[in-house]
Amino acid sequence: MDRTAQDRSGGGAPVSRDRGLAAYRPLPGVPDELVSADGTLRPLWRPLISQLQRLDDEELARALGRADQYLRDSGVFYRQYGAGQSVERPWPLAHFPVLIDEGDWARLSAALIQRADLLEALMADLYGPNRMVAQGHLPPALITQNPEWLRPMVGVPPRSGHYLHFVAFELGRGPDGGWWVLADRTQAPSGAGYALENRVATSRAFSDVFEGQNIHRLAGFFRDFRDTLLAMRADRDANVAILTPGPLNETYYEQAWLARYLGFALVQGEDLAVENGQLMLRTVSGLRPLDVLWRRLDAGFADPLELDPASRIGTPGMVSALRQGGVTMVNSLGSGVLETRALMAFLPTLAPHLVGAPLAMPNIATWWCGSAAERAAVLADPARMVLSPALGTGLPYDRQGETELAADLPRDDLARRLETGGAALVAQEAVTLSTTPALLDGRIAPRPMSLRVFLARTATGWQVMQGGFARIGAAADPMALAMQRGGAAADLWIVSGQDVPAISMVARPSGPYRRLAPGALPSRAADNLFWLGRYVERVEGVVRLLRARNVRLAESGRAAAPLLAALDPIAESYGVDPQEGIPQGLIDTLAAAISSAGQIRDRFSPDGWSALADLDKTARRMAHRVAPGDDAARALSALLRKLAGFSGLVNENMYRFLGWRFLTIGRQHERAMAMTGLLAALADEAAPHGALDLCVELGDSVLTHRRRFTMGTRRETVIDLLALDPMNPRSIRHQLDGMMAQVQMLPGAADHGQLSDLGRAMLRCQAEVATETPETLTTEALETLRSRIAQLSDLVTGAYLR
Amino acid sequence: MTLYALRLAIHYEFDRPTGAGRQLFRILPADVPGLQRLHLVRVMLSPAPAERVEFTDFFGTRVIEVAMPPGLTTFDLVLEARVEREVPDPELDMSPPPAALVAEIAACRDVAHASPHHFLAPSRRIPAMPAVARFAASAVRGAPTVQQAIVRLGQALHRTMTFDAKATLVDTPPDQAFAQRRGVCQDFAQIMVGGLRSLGIPAAYVAGYLRTLPPAGQPRLVGADAMHAWVRAWAGEKAGWVDFDPTNACLVRGDHIDVGFGRDYDDVAPVTGMLRLDGSQTGSHSVDIEALDGP
Repeated sequence: MDRTAQDRSGGGAPVSRDRGLAAYRPLPGVPDELVSADGTLRPLWRPLISQLQRLDDEELARALGRADQYLRDSGVFYRQYGAGQSVERPWPLAHFPVLIDEGDWARLSAALIQRADLLEALMADLYGPNRMVAQGHLPPALITQNPEWLRPMVGVPPRSGHYLHFVAFELGRGPDGGWWVLADRTQAPSGAGYALENRVATSRAFSDVFEGQNIHRLAGFFRDFRDTLLAMRADRDANVAILTPGPLNETYYEQAWLARYLGFALVQGEDLAVENGQLMLRTVSGLRPLDVLWRRLDAGFADPLELDPASRIGTPGMVSALRQGGVTMVNSLGSGVLETRALMAFLPTLAPHLVGAPLAMPNIATWWCGSAAERAAVLADPARMVLSPALGTGLPYDRQGETELAADLPRDDLARRLETGGAALVAQEAVTLSTTPALLDGRIAPRPMSLRVFLARTATGWQVMQGGFARIGAAADPMALAMQRGGAAADLWIVSGQDVPAISMVARPSGPYRRLAPGALPSRAADNLFWLGRYVERVEGVVRLLRARNVRLAESGRAAAPLLAALDPIAESYGVDPQEGIPQGLIDTLAAAISSAGQIRDRFSPDGWSALADLDKTARRMAHRVAPGDDAARALSALLRKLAGFSGLVNENMYRFLGWRFLTIGRQHERAMAMTGLLAALADEAAPHGALDLCVELGDSVLTHRRRFTMGTRRETVIDLLALDPMNPRSIRHQLDGMMAQVQMLPGAADHGQLSDLGRAMLRCQAEVATETPETLTTEALETLRSRIAQLSDLVTGAYLR
Repeated sequence: MTLYALRLAIHYEFDRPTGAGRQLFRILPADVPGLQRLHLVRVMLSPAPAERVEFTDFFGTRVIEVAMPPGLTTFDLVLEARVEREVPDPELDMSPPPAALVAEIAACRDVAHASPHHFLAPSRRIPAMPAVARFAASAVRGAPTVQQAIVRLGQALHRTMTFDAKATLVDTPPDQAFAQRRGVCQDFAQIMVGGLRSLGIPAAYVAGYLRTLPPAGQPRLVGADAMHAWVRAWAGEKAGWVDFDPTNACLVRGDHIDVGFGRDYDDVAPVTGMLRLDGSQTGSHSVDIEALDGP
């Protein structure tokens, strides 16, 4: 039984619990997901609305908070571009999902599968015989002038037999309630990972409804696509990877996330090389074949040799590898041409030729202004038309400054522009999007929406994700959909009448259990781990240094001057001005650590990442308000604790394999360097009074010193404890022992018993420290040792990291 | 018919050993039915490359792809070839009046490599250049046919521009070369291509060689000490492609040897790809072409 809007708020519920339902009205002439034209609540939504109405304000706030907390804890972000800079923004979740009935969804899915087949067939034609042009169905200029039609790819058939493997469509509901395609995404569609994050967050907010109603799960889609990518390898031992443009990309978070979720390597162009026509991954164990690449990089950047010569993020020889069948690319290079807006004007005509049937779902009405009849149509009815570049891609209202309303132009101007530059323009029908309820301050109100739906080609053909990603406008204007302009993203629930099977990413085991070898470690990832280790250790050292300084400043004031004079040059050698409470130099080192960690985000647990981000945020906040002296000393102690938290998370949880070894080598190397430098400066005969105590404090060994030696500090005791004692985790000897142990485990450490250059240098350093005594390890000897240790870093880099 | 002996030598020196690198060479003379035949060809690389394959690119140019091992301090390539080149009869002008060209282009439903559609729009190295467009419009005013327009623009450009090997570099934009009215064959050709496209005449950039030793009693042609470039313009369905050399103000006959054509220099650059990313390299190349028989 459907109730109308008038009595929906009845039943004794307090007015505050109505949540805006009573006043909810569809916009005139615009279909709405929640209610039909006469205001009747659609039954599909009843459980969700009831749940919403049951919650009081506090409960609702807590429910929505759970979703936000999840996104914060996972560090979900996207990158927003504005006035010459870009910033990471938290993911703008519209908490209220969009609900669609599975029957409607099945019809929509069938139409989208037809469209995916059509695009595949068109792609094969455009990069093959070009019959559509020859038969006059497509104007040649749309192809030959298209920057995404990549000539080097013409006549290069895809190794897998298909050009397209993963596509997305932007859909809107038109005034008659039917679905329209607004844009095709074939280049490197983003959003599938965000859809899954939306799902997790939203199901936390409305867990009761989600569990109670039969909502189709997303995991099966990802599992099947992952299995498909793995099956496309020509060589079972080869790698599958996701190719990212890098951490500055708008959706890098998602790329790293997908790599982690699917268990693929996340690689950049510089991680790859081509050898005899095969794509290879540069790893710390040498070049390893990479057989399938899921590309999130726009095609032009992929190969500076044969595509855009200005690209700095490509791989020379990539096109050559494709030509020689040495890699499968998802999607093929050149698939971006299918996104061309003007093609939408021709797809209705092309469909019968390419897939033998008319389009099952229309796309947004489009007129290519390169021909006279279309120009006349636009001039006849400019009020309905939006003008944009013919070769542009994406949603017309996503591209600021690219679109204009034809009606805004004086008629003569419009006629002239169409006549002189018509071939470069398309007119598209100005869309009115349908609405869906958005939750605003605890009340629902209709807002425009569009859907992004994902299709993956699997062993059984195209599979449509049973869900997706809805974009909800910030205002009633369709232009407000863009997230760059305050729009939000919502989860999409496909509601079934029956139980839906629970699906897990984990495949059912077959045969006896076998432990798999860990994947190859890309050299660039190893390099970032090594530097992350170094930077984090450097931050810790500098924090200890600054804390000791501020404590002495607070306790002794001017009397501490000679000691500070010995200390400050050490801080300055790290680019830190010790006079500041929380110096900028420290913030910069922390930023360098975050930047290294950001490059390898796929290798971090969300906990590790948020610990590091929290550390950074705390330091920046402190920097503005902490005064030198006691205040700074306390703030620095707090930072030290947070730092220990991060190190603990990494050390306790990281798998003890190659990545961890490089992190550890970096860390111990930095600590060995720092300690050698400290001792050379503060354990010198000429060092001021109190320097030895300071040294022991900086080495975090005050208690140990007291316990090991029943006397005060002397040069001999300090050198013994901080340089030579293998049991002290702060000593130089301990670092070198640790590095030696790791280096011996690296690939190629010894060849038939012969040590590598690195192994030899490492052993020399270790033996030198092992045979010193406090008397022989003079300041001069320390300085020599320090430069030997410094060379180890170059040897690690030379052998593994480039 | 003339039989040429062609020898190209490319030599690089590096101040520090190089990293591994991948290069494309577009240097092989083309086989053009009825016009040019490649008889013998040898390409020698020193030191030996780690990989060497050959393919034909979109515009039909043969490309040698080479991957060099790391640690190079010098690199040498020597090409030796025998090329037979026909001297086409001075053909009749079969091209339509300029105003009729647009319809002939529209009637061409083809996007294969020699389709005029590839050569109408601005390209990466030859953007729309208003000053060149004005110059071109005034140079061809009153030309009765497309071919006449092509020849008039080429001749006007030759009168206006001075050949100067020191005025431009390989990356100098053509509108800058035009502004200073100086440049080499690459500049002449790219400016003329831009001018023709502004008139709606499809125009390609052609790379090749020019005979360096003139027949007895004739002057040595300009630009003959290196690789050469000229222009190929589409003069309608009947006339087809017409080659004009603006550096020498002549229609291309028997003194030129084709390597390939494309939208601009990038599509037919003789060497693409870097041997190294830092440090400096010095390079030189030389071309010798001798007519073995004929005039």
